[in-house]
Amino acid sequence: MTDRLPQDGLVAVVKRDCPTCVLAAPVLGDLARNGGLTVYTQDDPSFPETVPGRVDDTALDVSHRLKIEIVPTLIRFEAGREVGRTYGWDRGEWRRLTGVEGLGPGLPEARPGCGAKNLEPGIIERLKIRFNETGLKSRRIEIGKDEDEQEAMYARGWSDGLPLVPPTEERVLRMLDGTARDPQEVLGLVPPALAAATVEKIAVNAVMAGCKSEYLPVVLAAVEAVLDESFAMHGVLATTGFVGPVLVVNGPVRGRIGMNAKGNALGQGNRANAAIGRALQLVIRNVGEGRPREVDRATLGNPGKYTYCFAEDEEGSSWAPLSVERGLKPGQSAVTVFAGYGLQGVTDQKSRDPESLSRSFAGSLLGLGNVKLAPACDAMLVISPEHHRTFRQAGWSKARLYEELYRLCEIPGADLVTGAKAIAEGGPASLAGKPVNKFRPGGIMIVRAGGDAGMFSGIIGGWSAGGPRSSLPVTKEVRN
Amino acid sequence: MTVLLDPTSERSPTIRPRLPRPQSLDGLTIGILDIAKSRGDVFLHRLGERLGERGIAVKHYAKPTNTRPAPLPLRQQIATEVDLVIEGLSD
Repeated sequence: MTDRLPQDGLVAVVKRDCPTCVLAAPVLGDLARNGGLTVYTQDDPSFPETVPGRVDDTALDVSHRLKIEIVPTLIRFEAGREVGRTYGWDRGEWRRLTGVEGLGPGLPEARPGCGAKNLEPGIIERLKIRFNETGLKSRRIEIGKDEDEQEAMYARGWSDGLPLVPPTEERVLRMLDGTARDPQEVLGLVPPALAAATVEKIAVNAVMAGCKSEYLPVVLAAVEAVLDESFAMHGVLATTGFVGPVLVVNGPVRGRIGMNAKGNALGQGNRANAAIGRALQLVIRNVGEGRPREVDRATLGNPGKYTYCFAEDEEGSSWAPLSVERGLKPGQSAVTVFAGYGLQGVTDQKSRDPESLSRSFAGSLLGLGNVKLAPACDAMLVISPEHHRTFRQAGWSKARLYEELYRLCEIPGADLVTGAKAIAEGGPASLAGKPVNKFRPGGIMIVRAGGDAGMFSGIIGGWSAGGPRSSLPVTKEVRN
Repeated sequence: MTVLLDPTSERSPTIRPRLPRPQSLDGLTIGILDIAKSRGDVFLHRLGERLGERGIAVKHYAKPTNTRPAPLPLRQQIATEVDLVIEGLSD
């Protein structure tokens, strides 16, 4: 279409939907009558009626080629080259471009224009695809019109077992609007294949998982976190144990994308919670080739390997959020990943003092993995608001609760020896006579989440091999 | 027709055939890799003893932790020092 643009003269791009274009329509008519003006109309080919020779650009090809951002736009060409451009209605600017004095005598001096139709969401993506300007590098896979998209995706092994959102070019482009990062930036190598996690590949998987574009920065931070060397993603995937990445989101991003930190925070029903955790798992599956019963050797696995992501309930807490405890600034959005599984409920409806409630928590923590194993694994304790209230009212800091839990989780070594309590599982006889803690120092993490009613907290168990020699929790800032 | 973007890494890995099994262990050196699983060392040590009794040269290696792939220098060392490797994958 560009070759049909005039070599010399004026071009205007307008749409009926824009009041400024309607305002300027008589001026366009005057200029067109004098010759040397071509008017392209974006929405209604019968507009402007003042210009009989107007050109239909409802396909928006010319608008896209001319990179129109605002309508009306007036452009002057000389010898095929653009030599001047103005937006909206501005008598002085239009006089400068046209060389005509006294344009639109009855009109105000200036009026701002309107957003161009070719830039509207949903349209700009289609234009970029049509003009082959997406910059997307992923292989295009054509699905025949008689083929079922869902079945085609299942057949290619892309799914975690549930249906996927088809990752069309348009959807992936819209997903990428969620970040300012270069689509070809590599965030790391995803095990076990050690394949590059580009922002683009992550976006493709985020589309399939059901993410909105504003979730993408959280997904990117989660991928960065699991690819951090200290998380040991290869081992977390390959283990026969139960674990998978558990994601805790902190900071203002939780509210911006509508995550759930309140009732049923660890359950179903919130799109952001569900889709972000699922997107991470799909990246591991599709980019890293980490698939169950292949390199993923889990004996049982756990339902959280579909998705396990929730937000901390920071509002109304007397304690610092997890991300702040782990070194980020208050007000910074962050994702923490933890190699964990399932939920062990802690019901305590009678404790009204922190000492009693701590003993309830510790009693449940001591059962993790096996009562005979210590140190057993890391743990995340998710404390509900009603349980937290007991600590707040008594003036307990989170540090004090940590201290108390570690103290209460010390076990007489004799109880852990193989055969003790008539259980063969356990450690060597040399354990007898010395206390052993159920947890390594720093092996417990406390977060606050859940509905306002209910004296129910929960324990997310960690990996039996957790700790510095294998998987440590990792926190990454969410960046746009 | 719908066009979808490939969510995979689009790798086309090279499949390398395994080396043929030797007809005999005579004159070969066997590496024994302990991946650091609980009590794996006990089993593998005994295995090494049994091979030694048959006059077979044995070299022992150990991964620092079972939770991560073997470090590259260790893999390279094993590859250059032995003809065969035995490793225990679980406890």
